[in-house]
Amino acid sequence: MDIIVCIKQVPDTSEVKIDPVTKTLIREGVPSIINPEDKNALEEAIRIKEKYGGKVTVITMGPQQAEEALREALAMGADEAYLLSDKAFAGADTCATAKTLATMIKKLEYDLVFCGRQAIDGDTAQVGPQLAEQLGIPQVTYVKEIKIEGDSLIVKRILEDGYEVIKVKMPVLLTATKELNTPRYPSIKGIFEAYREKEVKIVTASELGIDPQEVGLKGSPTRVIATTTPETERAGEIFTGNVKECVQNLVQRLVEKHLI
Amino acid sequence: MSEYKDIWVFVEQREQKLMNVSLEILGEARRLADKKGVKACAVLVGYEVKGLAEELIKYGADVVYVIDHLLLKNYTTDAYTKVICDLANSLKPEVILYGATYVGRDLAPRIAARMRTGLTADCTALDIDENGLLLQIRPAFGGNLIATIICPERRPQMATIRPGVMKKALIDEGRRGEVIEIKPVIEEKDIRTEIISIIKEARQKVNLEEADIIVSGGRGVGGPEGFKLIEELAEVLGGVVGASRAAVEAGWISSDHQVGQTGKTVRPKLYIACGISGAIQHIAGMGGAKTIVAINKNPDAPIFKIADYGIVGDLFKVIPALIEEIKEAKKKAMA
Amino acid sequence: MDFSFTREQEMVRKVVREFAEKEIMPRAKEIDRTGEFPWDNVKKMANADMMGIPYPKEYGGAGGDYISYIITVEEISRACAATGVILSAHTSLACFPIFQWGTKEQKEKYLVPLARGEKLGAFALTEPNAGTDAAGIQTTATLEGDHYVLNGCKIFITNGGAADVYIVFAKTDKSQGAKGISAFIVEKGFPGFSIGKIEEKMGIRGSRAAELVFEDCIVPKENLLGKEGEGFKIAMVTLDGGRIGIGAQALGIAQAALDEVTKYVKERQQFGRPIGKFQGLQWYIAEMATKVSAARHLVYYAAWRKENNLSYSMEAAMAKLFASETAMEVTTKAVQIFGGYGYTKDYPVERLMRDAKITEIYEGTSEVQKMVIASNILKM
Repeated sequence: MDIIVCIKQVPDTSEVKIDPVTKTLIREGVPSIINPEDKNALEEAIRIKEKYGGKVTVITMGPQQAEEALREALAMGADEAYLLSDKAFAGADTCATAKTLATMIKKLEYDLVFCGRQAIDGDTAQVGPQLAEQLGIPQVTYVKEIKIEGDSLIVKRILEDGYEVIKVKMPVLLTATKELNTPRYPSIKGIFEAYREKEVKIVTASELGIDPQEVGLKGSPTRVIATTTPETERAGEIFTGNVKECVQNLVQRLVEKHLI
Repeated sequence: MSEYKDIWVFVEQREQKLMNVSLEILGEARRLADKKGVKACAVLVGYEVKGLAEELIKYGADVVYVIDHLLLKNYTTDAYTKVICDLANSLKPEVILYGATYVGRDLAPRIAARMRTGLTADCTALDIDENGLLLQIRPAFGGNLIATIICPERRPQMATIRPGVMKKALIDEGRRGEVIEIKPVIEEKDIRTEIISIIKEARQKVNLEEADIIVSGGRGVGGPEGFKLIEELAEVLGGVVGASRAAVEAGWISSDHQVGQTGKTVRPKLYIACGISGAIQHIAGMGGAKTIVAINKNPDAPIFKIADYGIVGDLFKVIPALIEEIKEAKKKAMA
Repeated sequence: MDFSFTREQEMVRKVVREFAEKEIMPRAKEIDRTGEFPWDNVKKMANADMMGIPYPKEYGGAGGDYISYIITVEEISRACAATGVILSAHTSLACFPIFQWGTKEQKEKYLVPLARGEKLGAFALTEPNAGTDAAGIQTTATLEGDHYVLNGCKIFITNGGAADVYIVFAKTDKSQGAKGISAFIVEKGFPGFSIGKIEEKMGIRGSRAAELVFEDCIVPKENLLGKEGEGFKIAMVTLDGGRIGIGAQALGIAQAALDEVTKYVKERQQFGRPIGKFQGLQWYIAEMATKVSAARHLVYYAAWRKENNLSYSMEAAMAKLFASETAMEVTTKAVQIFGGYGYTKDYPVERLMRDAKITEIYEGTSEVQKMVIASNILKM
């Protein structure tokens, strides 16, 4: 079984802070990690490989530093890694990202393509389905359990009030949720092997044979035109006196903030 | 591009019941359509769902497109993508909005890729700019930033909308609109996934670390009976119960509820501290909450220093009144 | 000159830190309270290939470098110092002498399962009457046909009782001092070998410090490690390396205290502002951070020398001396900064202070380190 896993290197958003003066993200000192649910995808791919044999290939699109994420994936047990890296890819929205990934994946053999449900920096959950459409294969999103039956998969897909059981023939694209498994830590031996015995292949736009107009900012239908920071200061409104008035004031504030 | 007009809402129904989020988005679509002077249209997909069309008109739709077929009974990516793309390709809406649900977030990106247009996920606000473009506003980086996104050159402009943030229109029994039935072109072979079963399952109780809303009690709660009140408030809000070390050590509640240095570290969207003074060990565990509400008798309690909102008063009077007020507010929102 | 870690080493630190923070740190307080031996941690480390990092893959190791191993000891110790010393004693004191002096057969039989983490190792030199004066050990080994007979006892043996394989030092020639000592590989089940008293300790309470008793203990002849009379040299060279491990353990403890303090002074408010805004505390923190950084440089300098086959006896002693004293100083300051809270078990700094103390004592006291350093300098 040949499995492709798309991963993204993201800043650990639990440690992201906003500069109170410039109102921009402080990236300095914020560790980069493999997006958590991409790790669930990778873990599942490695488990399937361990059980049924085959090969796990990890792909990411990003700057040169994203090589670190691929090395970590190799240390966890992936066999091959591709870093799609080119100035032309910068500024891509989910549509252009999916286009770039699809162009690479079309060059490879695969039975399964895995993505994480969504990335913690963007929270869009869009690249998976957009990629499936570009590849012309079916998709199952929000996956929490996978069983293999011959050339088909029996997959549990999460819904708001339960789950559905779906049968689908390979090749197929799946997006993994954290319910799917607990990712392993890369073993120390795996780290040494990832750096000494395995390779990260860097692929540029021209090597990919893709029109620069179709990728990156130029190939993105959407544009971010403004960013602002939400109120971070504590409002510090203290109500005293008549109980009824106090609670009315409080509930009104909470409703305004969509907390109720 | 000028041939594209109207604002569409993909309407979700489950077992022939309209989902709230679709009505919320319809309310917003109505507002945007009025601003642009175009029609707000609902796209209702399913099997034997035509009966729901009238309700959509009462909630603000000018036109309801009903796409009814046995093969559309349950949601499948392939079938729904096909029928909606077919319709959109022929009628050319300027905007399509979807709920950011487990269905909407599966469907919308698939459609966006097929129609080669842009898509913005999980919007919390929408607007129309001076050029008539849809402003799609959403949080990013774990809520640390708010981004405004446009889709200037491709059509339709598409977005998924977070459930619970838009306001439903007031129901207007006298509203008139048009119901148009669409004959979909769909065959079994178009659908590559097979739904074997759909299982309903109560969501397991969320743990403190994952809860969006936590109501915590401290020494001021006075005893195990007091925690019943805390539980009641948590239930009304759909949250879970937390506690300070003092309350746990007094034996009023089990230690798995404890928040703080020796307990759990939590980052809910809303943290309500009742009868908790705000010792440093406690704040170490909950200081990362997005919004903090404190209810305490003592106006000098340190918890008020880190609170967004506070009520100085006896929690045995404040909490029951608060529960009533929240129920009221929820009733109003439902109506 | 280059002070940077390789990308591979950076990855080791990142992975071990995440592992330690999620898997090891949450248990540290409980392990300290109960004094139980953390078998779960040992198993988890074995699963992550941490029990034989610097040894070749053919001998069951991870095939890595010595600096990566030291990084691992530091990061594990930052989370739980007791678990840190289990790892360090196993890797530096039990695996190393077999790797360095063992025959091919001994390596296959003992190093492979040790480095894989299937078995745990220990190093037994200290005796009731031979601590700092290690040449004065009284345990004897007498060759009788195809085996040696060991008699005597060892104390304060790290991993004692928990370990499967012990490197035991005994006198094969009582007429000689240091030159009469030989090293043996002793298995847990050998007849005549038993575990005596297990010490109740002040710190690193999850680790074992046990008495080993040898009463006509039968050790096969082929379990002699190195040659007869080489034991003292084996012990001293092994301890040189062990000291880098303990230096790393001390560094981990000191870093943990510094991290706790950094967090606390931003949270704790007095006189209407975080106490970190007061210059008095800022100076404390600057001093602590500087010492921790100096300790780090000494520890990794010694590790780098060992990695590059340069002499490292003196550098290891300096690293251990300075890192352990820094750990003691920084943890004591941390308790002071935390004030009354620091003296309670609600916060980890009191545990760090108790854990730090042993690093000034075991694998050679601070005074022994000074002897080593002075003799290297004076060469008298």
